[in-house]
Amino acid sequence: MSLLQIDNLQTHFFTSAGVVKAVDGVSYAVDRGEVLAVVGESGSGKSVTGLSVMGLIDAPGRVVGGAIRFDGREIAGLPNAEMRKLRGARIAMIFQDPMMTLNPVLRIDTQMVETILAHRAMSRSEAWALSRDTLGRVGIPSPDERMRAYPHQFSGGMRQRVAIAIALLNKPDLIIADEPTTALDVTIQAQILHLMQGLVEEERTALVWITHDLSVVAGFADRVAVMYAGEIVEEARTDDLIAAPRHPYTRGLIGSVPSRNLRGRRLAQIPGGAPPALNRPEGCRFAPRCAFCTEGCERPQELRDKVRCWRAAELPEYAEALA
Amino acid sequence: MVFVIRRLLQALFLGLVMSALVFAGIFAVGNPVDILIDPDATQAERARLIAQLGLDRPFHEQYFIFLGNLLQGDFGNSFVYNRPALTLILERMPATLELAFAAIVIAVVLGIPLGVYAGLRHGTPGSQAVMAGSILGFSVPNFWQAIMLIMVFSVMLGWFPVSGRGEVGTFLGIRSSLFTLNGLHHIALPAINLAIGHLALVIRLARSGTREVQAQDFIRFARAKGLSEPRIVLVHLLRNILIPIVTLVGMSFGGLIAFAVVTETIFAWPGMGKLIIDSIRMLDRPVVVAYLIVIVVIFIILNLLVDLLYSLIDPRIRLDEARQ
Repeated sequence: MSLLQIDNLQTHFFTSAGVVKAVDGVSYAVDRGEVLAVVGESGSGKSVTGLSVMGLIDAPGRVVGGAIRFDGREIAGLPNAEMRKLRGARIAMIFQDPMMTLNPVLRIDTQMVETILAHRAMSRSEAWALSRDTLGRVGIPSPDERMRAYPHQFSGGMRQRVAIAIALLNKPDLIIADEPTTALDVTIQAQILHLMQGLVEEERTALVWITHDLSVVAGFADRVAVMYAGEIVEEARTDDLIAAPRHPYTRGLIGSVPSRNLRGRRLAQIPGGAPPALNRPEGCRFAPRCAFCTEGCERPQELRDKVRCWRAAELPEYAEALA
Repeated sequence: MVFVIRRLLQALFLGLVMSALVFAGIFAVGNPVDILIDPDATQAERARLIAQLGLDRPFHEQYFIFLGNLLQGDFGNSFVYNRPALTLILERMPATLELAFAAIVIAVVLGIPLGVYAGLRHGTPGSQAVMAGSILGFSVPNFWQAIMLIMVFSVMLGWFPVSGRGEVGTFLGIRSSLFTLNGLHHIALPAINLAIGHLALVIRLARSGTREVQAQDFIRFARAKGLSEPRIVLVHLLRNILIPIVTLVGMSFGGLIAFAVVTETIFAWPGMGKLIIDSIRMLDRPVVVAYLIVIVVIFIILNLLVDLLYSLIDPRIRLDEARQ
């Protein structure tokens, strides 16, 4: 039994224009000490899946179906008061933009201490000391001083470190990181990745790393789930996925990552754009952009052997296709 | 500190400009001699009085004499009461200040919770009722509303006195009707009347601020931390919506002090507003000028306080740097 197990999750948004099926039957699982990367482009539903786990879907959105099992307990549809006890304590979340996630008018120590006091019976001074130590652990120099600073006195990378420290405060079992490095410089990205990797290993925390950047995933995540138009189209071990992607969309994604081996060649791209959430193709959702599309692709696709493509087995090997 | 000094110098300059404008303005309005001197007075008497008041001198001379006296703290004597103008104004000021203060307190204490509620529960009947009320609040003409309040709550229901200030109590050396029950009873209606328009504005600002801040990532992050809803609203949201409200309250307070005239007149509240209207009618130049300068000083002080409050509320605002 995995720590987090999502089964056929459906999160829909009921707008005046129609029902947006942002997450349409997503299943994945992640275990302690494991890093699962959820990859997809904007609007693929990867963030909404994460927010659904947190119970942070705002109206007009709602989890309409499926199960979210956390540590053996069903948490989808849990009353808010119950959910609040899990949030920030056993499941923590880190968001994309470190400029926006810290409250600009509150000092760092206030924002850290409140996170501890919301969940644990601890004196204010103990909570303060724990916060300071955690700030030190995420690599912020002179944490004693920095505790009293305001968010605008930190750089972007340092702010994300603070956000990570806040997520770590209550030693969560699961961290959901929603594109935490996207807004950062590449050098800072690498630092944050390295930091997270170390922390997750130390504490055996399960980590769901949501990103649109496949190049971040390699060497970091244990497994990758690729999302497209509200569905998972492929899931595999990271090495396998990168060496031999099976779904045409995954192939396209990997083909479009610049790499040294392909110097001088034109960078491949996937033609077209993701279908609008209100008007998705009836059959395979990727069919209109797929180079391998044939008759039979107008049927809805099942996830078979962790790939959502009925032709996956008969498509040419990825390595061959490249050559 | 540099900021405060610079602001005080600005204030001084502003006061100077203001005094010249007011002096010239009231000079243009009319000659007080026509009203002050008995029409039956002999020519010699007239000439003596005019010379005594200094009204025979050219305009600029009159202004510089006035300015010279002003620098010594002398605003001149009222033509009508023959008492120092400043004393007259300061005597009336507490009544106006307490009225304005009570009105602001009502506007803020009711307005912020109602506005935040309307913002958080956007689209619900409760929120729509609050917003409809706020539109009504600043659409209804103040004088009519005052008369209605008196009619309903004083005349028909008999809950509140019709007019006047009531007993004055002393607390920490301040004399105000806010410190006696009878005084509070008297101030309730005029304060509510003054408050309603500003209450409506505070509600709208609090609501739009709430809706804006609510959508920010840091609120979502606060939820993700597992904070309780009251903590998120009272600590994370409230401080972020305060800046526009503080601005409004600062400006409103000045406005309430300066323009409480209508309410003071209707409720026979013995404040500065009543005094200034009478003085303008009598062309009592020293009182009008002194009053306007006092108002300017009040506005300057309020502005300064508002700016200082900004930096307390939002650490990103650093006053000294911002002005360079």
